[in-house]
Amino acid sequence: MTPPFGGVFVARTEVLSADDLKRAIWRMAHEIIERNQGLDNVVLIGLQTGGVWLAVLLGEALEEIDGNHPPVGSLDVALYRDDIGLRPVMPEAVTDIPVDLDNRTVVLVDDVLFTGRTIRAALDAIADFGRPRSVQLAVMVDRGHRELPIRPDYIGKNLPTRRDEAVDVHQNGVDLGEMQK
Amino acid sequence: MKHLLTLDDLGADGVREILDLTDTFVEVSERQIPRVPALRGKTVAWLFYEDSTRTRLSFETAAKRLSADTLNFSVSSSSVKKGESLRDTVETVSAMGVDAMVVRHSSAGAPHRIAGWTDASVINAGDGRHAHPTQALLDCFTLRSNLQSFEGRHIAIVGDIKHSRVARSDVRAFTMLGAEVTLVAPQTLLPPCLDGWPVKVSHDLDSVLPTVDALYLLRMQKERMTEALIPSLREYSAGYGLDLARAAQLPQHAVVLHPGPMNRGVEITGEVADLPRTVVLDQVRNGIAVRMAVLYLLLGSGVDLTTTGAQ
Repeated sequence: MTPPFGGVFVARTEVLSADDLKRAIWRMAHEIIERNQGLDNVVLIGLQTGGVWLAVLLGEALEEIDGNHPPVGSLDVALYRDDIGLRPVMPEAVTDIPVDLDNRTVVLVDDVLFTGRTIRAALDAIADFGRPRSVQLAVMVDRGHRELPIRPDYIGKNLPTRRDEAVDVHQNGVDLGEMQK
Repeated sequence: MKHLLTLDDLGADGVREILDLTDTFVEVSERQIPRVPALRGKTVAWLFYEDSTRTRLSFETAAKRLSADTLNFSVSSSSVKKGESLRDTVETVSAMGVDAMVVRHSSAGAPHRIAGWTDASVINAGDGRHAHPTQALLDCFTLRSNLQSFEGRHIAIVGDIKHSRVARSDVRAFTMLGAEVTLVAPQTLLPPCLDGWPVKVSHDLDSVLPTVDALYLLRMQKERMTEALIPSLREYSAGYGLDLARAAQLPQHAVVLHPGPMNRGVEITGEVADLPRTVVLDQVRNGIAVRMAVLYLLLGSGVDLTTTGAQ
C-alpha cells in the first residue's frame, strides 16, 4: 500500500488486469537480462511489504527465460525512514539478505514508486549490508510526484496520478483509487 | 505508551507485541553493521543511582545500535554528591532536552515519581524491590525462543525472592503469558506476605526439579547477608544450589536462566553454569534486542501500543 499509511483502500478503476501484470513482469525480466547481459551476480531484493512477492515472481520469470534463478531477498526499511512512524515496524516484515552484496548487481523491487523516500531509505540500508557494484530499481507502477532525485530502471506501468489518490498493486492486477479513513 | 515503569503499562498483549518486535532487532543485531538510524537525533540519559554493569551496558548498546545519543550520569561524580535532590537532578537533565531517561534507583517508586517531573519518557531499569520490566521482557523472550509458548509451562524461580525485583517482574510476566510459577526458597527468603501472588510455594527444590520447563535461579545477594536470613551460604548451596546431580533431575528440554551476575559455587556450580541448557549468555544477547524494541516503541515508532490492534 502506498502512503499515506493507514485507512482502507477503495478501488475506482482497474489500471492493469492480472494478465497485464504477468506480461509486465515478463517484459521487466527480459529488460533485466538485457541490461545486465545475463544474470551473473544479479540479486533481487523486494521491499517490504509490497515488493516482496513481486521480487519472487520476477525471480521465477527470470529463471524461465534464462535458466538461472537469481537469489531473492527481502528488506524492511522502516528503521531507515526519515518519516518514522508513518509506516511502523511490523514484525512479520522481515529483512532477509541471502548473499553477500559486495560487487553484486542489486535490483530493488517495489510495487509503487511515489515520493522516492522508501528507495532513499533502502539505499541507506543496502549500504549497511555491503558495497554492491550497482543498484538498479524495478517498480510495477511509477506514479510520479518524486521528492528526491530517484528514477526507476524497469517500470511495469507509468501512471499519472493526483497526490491524494492511492495505487494498489496485488496478485490480480493494479487498481487506482483512494484511501478512506 | 509514554513510560515503561512496570509490565502493567504493557499488559499481556503489549508484552507479546514487544516480543514480536524484538525479533526484528535480533536480526538487526546479527548484521555486519548492527546499526540502524531509527533514533537519530534522540537523546537518552542514564540516571543510575545504584550500581549496574550489565543493564547499563545493555541499554547503552541498544541505544547506540539505534543511533541515539546517550548522556551518562554517574551519581558518584555528580552534584548528587553535593546534596542535590532527586527532583532537581531530574529537572536539570530534563532541561538539557533529553527524550528518555533510563532510571535505576534503590527506592521503589522512584521512576514513577520521576515520570511526574519530566516530559521525557521514563524507563524503569530497576527500582528497589519493586520492578525490573526490561529484565522480565528479556527473560520472556529467551524462554519463548526455547519453549515456544508459555501456556501450560511450569517455571520455578529459586532463591532470594524477598529482595528481588527481578522475581517480582518475572512472576508478573510469566503468569500474564499463561505459565505456572512456583517459588522455591527457604521461608526467610520469601516475602512475608504472598497473598494475591498467583504462584505456588515450595521449600524443597529436589521435588520441583522434575516438573519444570525452566528453572530461574536468582543471585544470592551477599551484601544482604548481614540480615542473617540464612545460616550460611554453604548451607544455602546444599539446599538450593544447582549442581550437576540436581541438573540431571531436570527434564531433557528444561532450560536454566539466571539474571547475572552469577555466584558460581553458591546458587549454581561452575559445571552447571557452563552446560548448554544454561542460557545466561542468550539472555544477555536478547537483552540488547529487547531494549532496542522498548526504546524504539517509546521514542521512534510514533505508534501507540494501545491503538495498534487494528493493524
